[in-house]
Amino acid sequence: MKVGIPLEISQNELRVAATPKTVKRLQKQGFEVYIQHNAGVKANFSDKEFEEAGAKIVATAADIYGNSDIVLKVKEPTMEEVDMMREGLVMLSYLWPAQNQPLLQKLADKKVNAVAMDAIPRISRAQKMDVLSSMANIAGYRAVIEGSFHFGRFLNGQITAAGKVEPAKVLVIGAGVAGLASIGAANSLGAIVRAFDTRKEVAEQIESMGATFLTVEIEEDGATSSGYSKEMSKEFIEAEMKLFLEQAKEVDIVITTAQIPGRPAPKLWMDYHVAAMKPGSVIVDLAASTGGNCAHTRNGEVYTTDNGVTIVGKLSQLPSQASQLYGNNLCHLLDDMGKAEKFKIDMEDAVVSRAMVTHNGKINWPPAPLPVSPTAGGGAKKVAAPTAEEVKISDAEKSKKAATTTVISLAVVGGLLLLVGAFAPPEFIQHFTVFVLAVFVGWQLITNVAHSLHTPLMAVTNAISGIIVVGGLLQTKNELSNPMTILAVIAILVASINIVGGFVVTHRMLKMFKK
Amino acid sequence: MFIAKEIQMAAYLFASILFILSLGGLSSQESAKRGVLFGIVGMIVAIIATVLGEGVAGQVYIIVAIAIASVIGLMLARKVEMTAMPQLVAILHSFVGLAAVLVGFGSYLDPHTHSLTGAAHTIHLVEVFVGIFIGAITFTGSIIAWGKLDGKVPSKPWSFKGLQTMNLVLLIICTILGVLYSKAEGTSGMLYLGIMTAIASFIGVVLVMAIGGGDMPVVVSMLNSYSGWAAAAAGFMLGNDLLIVTGALVGSSGAILSMHMCHAMNRSFFSVIFASGSGNGSGGEKKAIEGEVTALNHEEVAALLKDARSVVIVPGYGMAVAKAQYPIYDMVQFLRKAGKNVRFAIHPVAGRLPGHMNVLLAEANVPYDIVLEMDEINEDMPETDVVMVIGANDVVNPSAQDDPASSIYGMPVIEAWKAEKVIIMKRSMSAGYSGEDNPLFYKPNSEMLYGDAKDSVEKIMGFLKA
Repeated sequence: MKVGIPLEISQNELRVAATPKTVKRLQKQGFEVYIQHNAGVKANFSDKEFEEAGAKIVATAADIYGNSDIVLKVKEPTMEEVDMMREGLVMLSYLWPAQNQPLLQKLADKKVNAVAMDAIPRISRAQKMDVLSSMANIAGYRAVIEGSFHFGRFLNGQITAAGKVEPAKVLVIGAGVAGLASIGAANSLGAIVRAFDTRKEVAEQIESMGATFLTVEIEEDGATSSGYSKEMSKEFIEAEMKLFLEQAKEVDIVITTAQIPGRPAPKLWMDYHVAAMKPGSVIVDLAASTGGNCAHTRNGEVYTTDNGVTIVGKLSQLPSQASQLYGNNLCHLLDDMGKAEKFKIDMEDAVVSRAMVTHNGKINWPPAPLPVSPTAGGGAKKVAAPTAEEVKISDAEKSKKAATTTVISLAVVGGLLLLVGAFAPPEFIQHFTVFVLAVFVGWQLITNVAHSLHTPLMAVTNAISGIIVVGGLLQTKNELSNPMTILAVIAILVASINIVGGFVVTHRMLKMFKK
Repeated sequence: MFIAKEIQMAAYLFASILFILSLGGLSSQESAKRGVLFGIVGMIVAIIATVLGEGVAGQVYIIVAIAIASVIGLMLARKVEMTAMPQLVAILHSFVGLAAVLVGFGSYLDPHTHSLTGAAHTIHLVEVFVGIFIGAITFTGSIIAWGKLDGKVPSKPWSFKGLQTMNLVLLIICTILGVLYSKAEGTSGMLYLGIMTAIASFIGVVLVMAIGGGDMPVVVSMLNSYSGWAAAAAGFMLGNDLLIVTGALVGSSGAILSMHMCHAMNRSFFSVIFASGSGNGSGGEKKAIEGEVTALNHEEVAALLKDARSVVIVPGYGMAVAKAQYPIYDMVQFLRKAGKNVRFAIHPVAGRLPGHMNVLLAEANVPYDIVLEMDEINEDMPETDVVMVIGANDVVNPSAQDDPASSIYGMPVIEAWKAEKVIIMKRSMSAGYSGEDNPLFYKPNSEMLYGDAKDSVEKIMGFLKA
C-alpha cells in the first residue's frame, strides 16, 4: 500500500505529517512511502533525510493525492486540495469537523474516507493516537517560553549582591494537558505557579506538578464524561470572575488554555481583568485559534495594550518535535487499523468509527456518544464505595459488634482459666501464668519489627527456639544404654545445629544491611 | 559441682530477658546486630545454667553432641546462598520439631513421670502428648515446606475434596488415642503414642502439601510459630519456665508474622492455613482484559532508562530465582550516578519468605534507604517515569483494585500502572502463583521484556554503557 505525504500549503503550518523516523516506522508496517518535494523543510527535515530513510520524493501534490492509498496531512485540506483527491482515498488529518461542515460535505461527495485526528475519542486505548494531547503538551511548554520572553524578566527569585529579585507569578487557567505542561515548565523555571480549573478532580494533578490550586467557594464540578469540562452556572462564573480579578492585580503571566470541543472558547479574561494587570505583564492565549479566552486576543498576533499588557495570540509550534509526535500518533493509528497487510476500515471499532468522519460517501458526524469515558474507572469505583453516611452507620454497627465480641470472648477466656485453676495443680498454674504473659510479650515485640527485617527475625526466632536443647540436656543420663540418653543426645544434636546455624546466618544477613 | 536451684532460676530469668531484648532489637537495622548478640549470650547462659544444674548427667555426651552440631550448623549457615534462605529456615524448623518429639518421648520414659499421681500425672501425660503432636507436625510440615521451596516437591497446591474432613477425623482419632494412652499403666502407652506420632506426621505432610508456593511466606512463619509452641509444650512437661517463656515468645511472634502476611495478601489466616479455597473474590463475571501485549528489546529498554528521571524497580521471586540482584544493583548504581532517582519497591509478600527481597538486595549491598515498602512508594508512582517489574506478577496486578471477581481482589498491590511506562521482565506470559491473568501486561503503557532476569539486566547494562 502507498502512503503519501503532501507539502502543507498553509504558510502558518510549519509541521509535516511524517519525519524520517516515522517514515522508517511506516515501512516496517509494510507501507511504501511517497513524500512531496520539500514537504519537511519548514520542520527542518530535508528531502535527503527522507530519501535516506527510504521514502520516494514526488514532485507535485497532485501526484500524492492521485496515486496514494493513504494520505497523511496535518492541517485540514483546502477545497482545491480535495479536488485533487481520488475516490476511495483514506486521509488522516486535522479536520475540526464541527466547524467545517462544507469541507465534510465535499470530502463525502468525493468519496474520500477522512479520519479527523482531532476527533479521536479520549479513551485510554487511544491515548497513543491522541494528537490533541501530544500537541497540547508542546503548546503548554511553548506558552511558558514565549510568555517569559515577552515578560522580559527573571522567572525565578534570586538574591544577588546587587539586590533581591522577586520570582514571577504565573497563573494557568485550565489544567488539561496543555495547562499541566505549562505548570511544569513554569515551575521548573522557578516561577510561583497558580492554576485554576472548574474540575475539582484535577486539584491533585495540579499540585503534583508544583502549582497551587485555586478554587471558588461554590460546589459545582465541571467534569463531563468526555473528559473535557462543561460550561458552568452563572453563580459559578461570577465567583470565578471575582477570583480572576484578584489574581489579575498580582500575577505577571497569565496562560489560558480553556477550550470546549466544537464551540468557541469561553471568554474568561475580560477587559477589566486586562485593565487591572500591571504594565509589563503578559497574557498567553492558547485558545486564540478558537476565538480566545481573553477578550482582547487577536488570533495570530502579538500586541501590547494601552496599559502595557502584552497579549500573545500565536505560538511557534516547535515544528520538528511536533511533527515527530504527530507522526507517531499517525503511525499508532495505522498500526491499530491493521498495518499495510491487513489494512481495514473497521466501523465497529470504538476509535475508528468515531474519528472516521466521512465513509463511503456518507458524513459520519457527530459520532455516537462514548459509552466509556476516562473517568469511568472512577465512576465505577464510586458506585462500589458506600457513601460517607453509610460508612458511619456500618462503622457504628461494627464497633458495637466488636464490643460484644470482646465481652463474650473475655468471659469465655475467664471461664476457661477458672476451670483450669479448679483442677490443675498449683505448679501448672504457675507455669501457665508465665506462658500467657510471655505470649503477650512476644506479640508486642513483633508488632514493632520492621518489615525488611522479617527474614532475619525468622532466623533469630528459629535459633532461639533451639532452646529446646535444654529439654535434652535435662534428660541425658550417664548410661548410653538408656534409651532416654540416646533420645536426649539426638535432641541436643539437632537443636544445637539449629542454634548455631540460626545465629550465624542471622549475623551474616544483618552484616549485609547497610545504609 | 552443681549450682543451686535458685541461682539456676535467676540465670534462666536473665536468659529470658536477653531473648526478649534480642527480638526487640530487631525492630530496626541499627539495633538488630546487638539483638543477635543478646540472643547468643542468652543461649550460652541458658545452656551453662542447665548443664551445671542439679541432676544433670552424661556431660561427655552433651559436649560431643553440641560440638558436632556446632560444626554442622556453622557449615550450613556459612555455605547457604541468600537465595536459598527460605529453604534453610524451613529445614531448621524441622529440627526443632524433631527435638520436641524426642524430648517428649524421653519425658515419657523418664521414671520421674510415673512417680507422679492424680491430676499432676494426667496433666503431665497430656503435656507430653500435646508436645509430641505439635513437634511431629512441625517436623514433617517443615520438611515438605523445605522440599517445596527447594523445588524437590511440586509447589502447586496438592489437595482433594474431603481433605478437611480427613484432617478432622484424624484429629478425633488422636484424641481417642490420647485418652487410651493416659489411662495406660507405666510406659505401656508407648504404642498409642507411637501411632499418634505417625498420624501427626501425616497431618503435617498434607497440611503443607495443600498450600501453594505463593503462600509459602505464611507457611514458613507459621511453622516458625509451631516450633515455638513445641518448645513451650516441652517446657510444660519438664516444668521449665525458660522453655515456656522462650517457646511462647517464638510461638506468638511467628503467629503474628503469619497474620501480617495474610493481611498483606488480604486473605484470611485460616483460609491460607487450611487451604480452604484460595479466593475471596465475590464471584461473578471476570472483567475481560482489553488491549494487547507489546514487547521491547533490551536496547529499547536501555533507551527508556536513559531518558527517565525517576525509576522504580519492583523485584519478585523471579529475581531470586535468576540471582539477578547483583547485576540489578550494578545497573542501579550506574543510573544513580547519572543523576536519576532509582529506588526499589518491595511488596510485603514478594518472594517466598517474609522480607525475602530485602535480604537479597542487602546481599548485593543495596543501601536500605533506597529500598522502600509498598505504602511508602505507591504515592510516588504517578510521578515515576519507568517502573521495572523484575520477576514479580501478582503484587502488581491491577485486578486487585478494580476487578471484584478476581481471587486477589482487595489485596494491596504496588500501583505500577500509574507510572509513565512499565517494563515487565518475565520469562513467559504465564500467570503468577495466584493463577490470575494480569491485566497490567495489556495496558498501553506497559511493555514486556522476555528472558531470564539476570541475562536481561546484563544486556541492558551493556546498552546503557554503550
